[in-house]
Amino acid sequence: MRAAEAFRMALEALRVNRLRSTLTMLGVIIGVSAVVVLVAVGTGAKNAVESEISGLGSNIILVVPGRLGVGALPTQSRLDLADVAYVRRVVGDPGKVTVSVNSGETVRVGRTEAFVTVVGTDENLPNIFDRPLRRGRYLSETDVDTRRRVAVLGSEVAVKLFGDVDPIGRQMTVSGARFRVVGVYEAVGATFGVARDQEIHVPVTTAQRLLGVTRINGIAVGASGPDQIEPLQQRVVDALAERYPGERFSAVTQTQLLGTIGTVLGMLTGVLAAIAGISLLVGGVGVSNIMLVSVRERTREIGLRKALGARQRDVLAQFLIEAVLLTTIGGVTGILLGVGGALLIAALSPVPAAVTWWSVALAFGVSVAVGVFFGVAPARRAGRLDPVVALRAE
Amino acid sequence: MTTAAFEAVGLARSYQLEGVSVDALRGVDLRIEPGEFVAIIGPSGSGKSTLMHLLGCLDRPTAGTLRVNGTDVSTLSDTELAELRNRAVGFVFQSFHLLARTAAVDNVALPLIYRGVPRAERRERARRALESVGLRHRLDHRPSQMSGGEQQRVAIARALVGDPQVVLADEPTGNLDTRNGAEVMAILDRLNAERGVAIVLVTHEPEVAARARRQIQVRDGLIEFDSGTAGGPAEPGGSRTGPAAGEGAGRTGSAEAV
Repeated sequence: MRAAEAFRMALEALRVNRLRSTLTMLGVIIGVSAVVVLVAVGTGAKNAVESEISGLGSNIILVVPGRLGVGALPTQSRLDLADVAYVRRVVGDPGKVTVSVNSGETVRVGRTEAFVTVVGTDENLPNIFDRPLRRGRYLSETDVDTRRRVAVLGSEVAVKLFGDVDPIGRQMTVSGARFRVVGVYEAVGATFGVARDQEIHVPVTTAQRLLGVTRINGIAVGASGPDQIEPLQQRVVDALAERYPGERFSAVTQTQLLGTIGTVLGMLTGVLAAIAGISLLVGGVGVSNIMLVSVRERTREIGLRKALGARQRDVLAQFLIEAVLLTTIGGVTGILLGVGGALLIAALSPVPAAVTWWSVALAFGVSVAVGVFFGVAPARRAGRLDPVVALRAE
Repeated sequence: MTTAAFEAVGLARSYQLEGVSVDALRGVDLRIEPGEFVAIIGPSGSGKSTLMHLLGCLDRPTAGTLRVNGTDVSTLSDTELAELRNRAVGFVFQSFHLLARTAAVDNVALPLIYRGVPRAERRERARRALESVGLRHRLDHRPSQMSGGEQQRVAIARALVGDPQVVLADEPTGNLDTRNGAEVMAILDRLNAERGVAIVLVTHEPEVAARARRQIQVRDGLIEFDSGTAGGPAEPGGSRTGPAAGEGAGRTGSAEAV
């Protein structure tokens, strides 16, 4: 028997039992579309987080005191502006080092007030982070040196305090001290829940006086290229450890953050895919079940075919192809539904679902394999039927 | 001597039923020449169906040898046996055994699928086979749209489509009324006469058996009576008109002389 004949025969058998074939396929359809959709959602979430991180800027190294890791207690910072100057010398490019002192404070304009994150920083910030200005100017070296009370506002803060009015040159109070607005940032969105549009940036020296501290929270270093990140990171950490023997300093890079988050989200996606895979397996058991019923029901047909000259392998092929067609058609339908569902989710919800080719290929491959695996037993049973017995079957 | 269509020597078949060995055939010697028209008669349980299954290569003997067109079937694998069934034998069953949801022409073409005949040629040969049994107007009808007589004629067309040397018919008129039964027998008769296809039919109806040119009576797993090959080495007292059922006593074992 030719392969084309076997296919035609199997398609015919599926067509004849249309309702049953459809219901059997449903298990596979649900399993496959679940795999495709869940992997798409997982991948989409991962892509979104990764683009947030790379949206910070490029080649950034963040230096913080203490050990960085899950469960590590926040360490009281002992770094101050002298240490920043020291790091600048170590790095060799003073323009590529900036600083931050953070505190939550209330700002007021007339009767309007807002709770914002006050970030004390310096003129080098835009050299390292991507913070495009909408209006006005960045903080300057003079601002820092002379402790000017000037501020650059995040886009949301600007709208909240000043509405439609242009805030440049206007006054506001931060914890009772008067500040003048010199610039407004473009909206940049949030990173790890840090709403960067709700920050106001002031000179680091001003912030320290305002908060009554000499410490700083962290140092950010910009590397000149991706291949410079690791050596520079090591150099800075080693230099600080040398300056403060017995203490630890940590430096994280975007690559490391991306790696960690990628691993976590990748695992999550894998777990989702595995759960969906289980439903695909259940669908396969359904196919096996229906094929066994089908073989029993068509025992006389099998006997007849054997009497007419069908060999064992012809009958086996007929039923195996039927099973594989069931799961393959179900698989393709499931892929179409899954891709459609993922696109719909991406369009209608904030979840950025992204269909990946490997999940589609895997779902297709697994559904074909499920057909072969669960089709073999019923097909073998059919092939081995004794024609005399089969012809007499009721 | 030409090669016999079937040549059985000491053919036996026993079954294991719940540990008990049941002998359905107990050593049958039989020779059927090409182009013969033979009726195998006997009461139910006599072993005639078992003999039929063995001749049709659906089953294997437990003892003895069977040659189909000169080929000893005991030397054949299951696959080769299937191929022999496909080429040498055509089956007609009592209950027609047509595929229910399949058009007549595709039912008839079924044996050719397993011979690897291309689709267009299959349909053409199936069409001609249906015409030869007078069903030119029923090509695309399904079994449920046809009378019993028509369904059995479709089955005969299916048995013939592969040009076999022998058609084995198991109670072909058993499910038909007298008129349709007579029609089916007339077709078998004509095929035998015009095409020279050997026909072996199993029946328990004496009037059906009487239309064959040779009668073989089976009882208790043995050939009890054989009217002998027409024009061949006739049995002593062998009669073309065949025995009245059950009157073969005294000629037991005559088959050994064939």
